[in-house]
Amino acid sequence: MAYPLTRDIDVLKKHANQIRIHSLKMIAKAKSGHPGGSLSIADICSALMFGVMRHDPRTPRWADRDRFIMSKGHCVPAWYSALAQAGYFPEEELMTLREFGSRLQGHPDCAKLDCIEAASGSLGQGMSIALGMAMAGKMDNADWRVYCAIGDGESQEGQIWEAALAAGKFGVDNLTVVLDNNNGQIDGYVNEVMPLDPIDAKWRSFNWHVIAINGHDMEQILAAFDEAKQTKGRPTLIWAKTIKGQGVSFMANNYTWHGKAPTAEQCEAAVKELSAA
Amino acid sequence: MASVASRQSFGLALAELGESHPNIVVCDADLSKSTMSCHFAEKFPERFFEFGISEANMLGAGAGMALTGKVPFVCSFACFISGRFDTIRISIAYSRANVKIVGTHAGVGIGEDGHSQMGLEDLGLMRSLPGMVVIQPADDIETRQAVKFAAEHQGPVYLRLTRQKLDDVNDSSYEFQVGKGVTLADGSGLTLIATGGTVAHALKAKGLLAARGVDARVVNIHTIKPFDAELIAKCARETGLLMTVEDHSIIGGLGSAVAEVIAEGAPAKLKRWGVLDVFGESGTPEDMYRAHKIDAEGIAETAEQFVANAQG
Repeated sequence: MAYPLTRDIDVLKKHANQIRIHSLKMIAKAKSGHPGGSLSIADICSALMFGVMRHDPRTPRWADRDRFIMSKGHCVPAWYSALAQAGYFPEEELMTLREFGSRLQGHPDCAKLDCIEAASGSLGQGMSIALGMAMAGKMDNADWRVYCAIGDGESQEGQIWEAALAAGKFGVDNLTVVLDNNNGQIDGYVNEVMPLDPIDAKWRSFNWHVIAINGHDMEQILAAFDEAKQTKGRPTLIWAKTIKGQGVSFMANNYTWHGKAPTAEQCEAAVKELSAA
Repeated sequence: MASVASRQSFGLALAELGESHPNIVVCDADLSKSTMSCHFAEKFPERFFEFGISEANMLGAGAGMALTGKVPFVCSFACFISGRFDTIRISIAYSRANVKIVGTHAGVGIGEDGHSQMGLEDLGLMRSLPGMVVIQPADDIETRQAVKFAAEHQGPVYLRLTRQKLDDVNDSSYEFQVGKGVTLADGSGLTLIATGGTVAHALKAKGLLAARGVDARVVNIHTIKPFDAELIAKCARETGLLMTVEDHSIIGGLGSAVAEVIAEGAPAKLKRWGVLDVFGESGTPEDMYRAHKIDAEGIAETAEQFVANAQG
């Protein structure tokens, strides 16, 4: 039986908040990881897992499930948290992130964890995998959908645009890609390192349906996924404008939190701030 | 004796398998008439996907199809396939995706197009990936059976094929066994270990060597991974001298695989022969095999010298 989804904004916000708290605790315990992008994608992950996707935690490889690929694989802590909250594995296991022997690898490994769809972590690759899944679904006239999260820094990879071109050609309207536009990457701000503007015109010219949203507004997120589902003949890009480090005042909009673990004290302060929200 | 390019044998075999294997899908990157995936495309247009000139995306999409239960054969030239190594490494190998990667136009044997179109490093790259089966068949019957094996094997496979025609080296009773080398001709003076396009040349070289007093054994290694270390060790013990012959860089391919077996204890002297860490160039396929001395005469001459040096 499919997981019971909800449209209750407060419930979805609570899950998102828990994703942020989990992500920070996991990364702090591991003493390495990527907090900024895990926080920016948290609301999207919550909406997908608890409000949008058809899935069943008791049957991870259910043939008719919707698929999700975290192409920006370094942000997988956010998805691990969503998976644990949905019941795919015990929440305690989250704290084994990046430990030797853990199923929760630093970047996704689908052979270790059966609720992960594909390996990612070399940026630019996950969207092609999502495209192939969507094409396979079309071949079988299946009604399941494919979701994929890419980063804005990741969009500097050429393979993203190869996949965008092909998805336009193959008209995979069962594919929805979310661009987490948090404007941060390791070396600086995306619009300085290698600007992507104009984002909407680029994707439209590749024959995509583009929906621009505030990636932290749960109502806008749900509406965008609904619109994507209704869109026929072309794939949808949800251009989610987000804040790197969203929810934690000292991390927000600061790219230096891309790949740096908070100390135990910083984590505590951040969790306190999130818990009060 | 028939002579067929292994890409052609592949294309026809795949189109035939398409009937009994409904999960097979085929992807190409604007080279279907060269890789010969066009035979499948004509017969099963709804299961053929043209990706245009974007090999990385094609390989990744192939992984996605495989993770959804399809058996994709993704095809391009070996050089362009190996150029997208990182996509193969993560999206296919690390994802344990059941993708069949087909790299045609192997080696200097492609001839006129020159170095940029020659796959010369692909065996070294592919065999370094955990779980990847690497096969390079030597003639028509071996290619057809290798294609069937690939279609039915659960896990990623790399198939390396030639542009040029290959003379038959096996008879009609041949049965392909993955990971098992084939002794095509016995001999006691040295073993010529060949793969793919050089196997028929090695067999001819045996005749030339016999006239010069060298009794050569000829072994065909069609599976580069998993590697038949047992057979190599046996040849080492029985003939003492091993010479590998491949249309690939001598760094990373068959020669390296044999060197690893020798280094780990098999008692033999080894001569690695093939493309000697140099770039390819334009010319006819025959010019290329002659220039790199991987045709029958070049192999015989090199082997004779190797035996003389070893004895002296």
